Amino acid sequence: MLASIIQNLFNAFQWGSFYSLIALGYTLVYGVLRLINFAHGDIFMVGAYIAFFIATAILGMAASLPGWMVLAMVIPLTMILTAVVGVSLERIAYRPLRRKGAHRLYVVITALMCGLVLENGNLALLGASRKSFPELVDKVVYTVGDLSMTNLKIGVVFSAILVFIFLHFIVTKTKIGMAMRAISYDKFAVPLMGIPIDTVIVFTFILGSSFAGLAGLLFALSYPILDPYMGAMIGWKAFIAAVVGGIGDIRGAFLGGFLLGFVEILVVAVFPSTYRDLIAFAILMTILCIKPTGMFGVAGTTKI
Amino acid sequence: MRKLTVPTLLLAITGVIVFMSHQEYIDLYIQSVIMFMGVNIILSSSFNIVNGYMGEFACGHAGFMAVGAYVTSVVNVMLFTDDKVFGAALLPPETAVYLFPFTLLIGGAAAAVAGVLVAIPSFKTRDDYLAIITIAANFIIISTIINIDKIGGARGFMGMKKVLFAMTDSYDIPWILLWVMIFTFGTVFIIRRYVTSTYGKGIIAIKQDEVAAEIMSVNTNRMKLVAFMLSSGLAGIAGGLFAHILGYINPNSFGILKSTECLVMVYLGGMGSLSGSVISAILFTLLLESLRFIIPWMDTAMHYMHLLPDSYELSQVWKWVIIPLILILLMQFRPEGIMGNRELSDVFPKLKKFYSFK
Repeated sequence: MLASIIQNLFNAFQWGSFYSLIALGYTLVYGVLRLINFAHGDIFMVGAYIAFFIATAILGMAASLPGWMVLAMVIPLTMILTAVVGVSLERIAYRPLRRKGAHRLYVVITALMCGLVLENGNLALLGASRKSFPELVDKVVYTVGDLSMTNLKIGVVFSAILVFIFLHFIVTKTKIGMAMRAISYDKFAVPLMGIPIDTVIVFTFILGSSFAGLAGLLFALSYPILDPYMGAMIGWKAFIAAVVGGIGDIRGAFLGGFLLGFVEILVVAVFPSTYRDLIAFAILMTILCIKPTGMFGVAGTTKI
Repeated sequence: MRKLTVPTLLLAITGVIVFMSHQEYIDLYIQSVIMFMGVNIILSSSFNIVNGYMGEFACGHAGFMAVGAYVTSVVNVMLFTDDKVFGAALLPPETAVYLFPFTLLIGGAAAAVAGVLVAIPSFKTRDDYLAIITIAANFIIISTIINIDKIGGARGFMGMKKVLFAMTDSYDIPWILLWVMIFTFGTVFIIRRYVTSTYGKGIIAIKQDEVAAEIMSVNTNRMKLVAFMLSSGLAGIAGGLFAHILGYINPNSFGILKSTECLVMVYLGGMGSLSGSVISAILFTLLLESLRFIIPWMDTAMHYMHLLPDSYELSQVWKWVIIPLILILLMQFRPEGIMGNRELSDVFPKLKKFYSFK
């Protein structure tokens, strides 16, 4: 009994890590731009596909390379290319709208549409056949008593924690992080102070998208079947996790992702698996009804 | 005379379309396109109450549609047909003709009650958090339906065609087409009356400034409750019609994608413009259906010009690439939608000569 609980906890940590990594990207963009980037889940999907193509290309050119070396090449390349996709979205779709001073909701609709273009364009170009990701890492299973841990699970959880620490450091300790917080505080006064607002926003998109790409790669390593709609559901759920944590706050997104992972895995452990979405969302709605601005959210005041 | 122009026009349109369908001058495909137009008009204009007039960002409209569709279908199948699950018909099937609008309204009422699920949290929460609550409500409704095994669960639910056959056995006219048109006009009429009344001015006040509206004695909580319930109730009616047009419903067809379609129609037409939502629903349906023919035609043309490799053919998947791209471009060049915040009579003031609106 106890062993199965702890086993489920490990699974929940892994599952929550994916949510956290994606929710961090949502939160970064939202915190700076007040924009819900609904295409983020699909950027995660694009990251998984980019990782797949790079990995197969490298393995095709040099099949004798050991797996860890291939992985060491795939990780930075995937992150860079996914960041390019995210930044080009910002350049093509969001920036012109922002320049025009369009209503915030129109940018959100554009983001939704970009997500649809990404997933259906992927389906149309690559076909509906599911790609299976090559196995780069030899599975090592650590067993302690009745508990089993794979090296992949540990890697996923550690990378999520490392990304969180890295982002927290950037946002709180560096100059560019200060600029991000300044933009979210007052978008009109910041350019007057000589802060290059576009550079900061592009940097935000680079951060968010590259970590979405990393999440895609890790997801493809853990569950090696790729399909074009894999990002849609995870994206929505990660967004909900970010909001429950208090959107715009890095700690909130991180904890919210883990909370959602825990809730889902524990629901599946106790109830039939079809109840997963139902109970998870019901719990999240209850949390939002009790704390309307999320766990770390600050209640805004309105001047009249 | 000016009072009667619009009703006579609508009556004429309805009469002509129903007569032509009855005589089979219009084939079934065009009939179904007209019906989907009607359903989309109901969806977009009802969604416009919350998103356009009240200025909230809700995106879970398809969930309420699902509630209406399921409740209406189950009630109809229980009452008028012999079903394996629900047993024999409770009422003689001849009564289906008279009771069908009432069962639709029952579905609408159920959807309105489901709308309370979203309305009550909306008293305290604002934009993005409300968006979450509506998305979560959509997911919750869909998974609830999937988990009820008696109404088919994830396999879907059918048997609505029998109800339609029972109706045409009594009087042989295209009933479902008639009801779609009647409910579409009724919806537009109700929403028009609602947003031009003093009561409806309250929700427009909420959009402008909620705190100020509260101070000026607008009961914001009550307004939100009414707006959400009206919006979701009308969506439920649209769902009931949709279920009977297709004759088969599946919980996954009311997912986020359907909600996205509703959002697209509202923003394409313009927030807070009723004629905008009607026009955009019509255009959107026409675009969806015309792409069915344009894509194969493009495929042939591009193969003919050797732009594509022989092994690759343009499939219908491209439909959902082209439509979002069109919308992205529209947002770039005309972000306020087709009509913006104006009605047809604001764009063409001379129209006011021909009708009067009380």
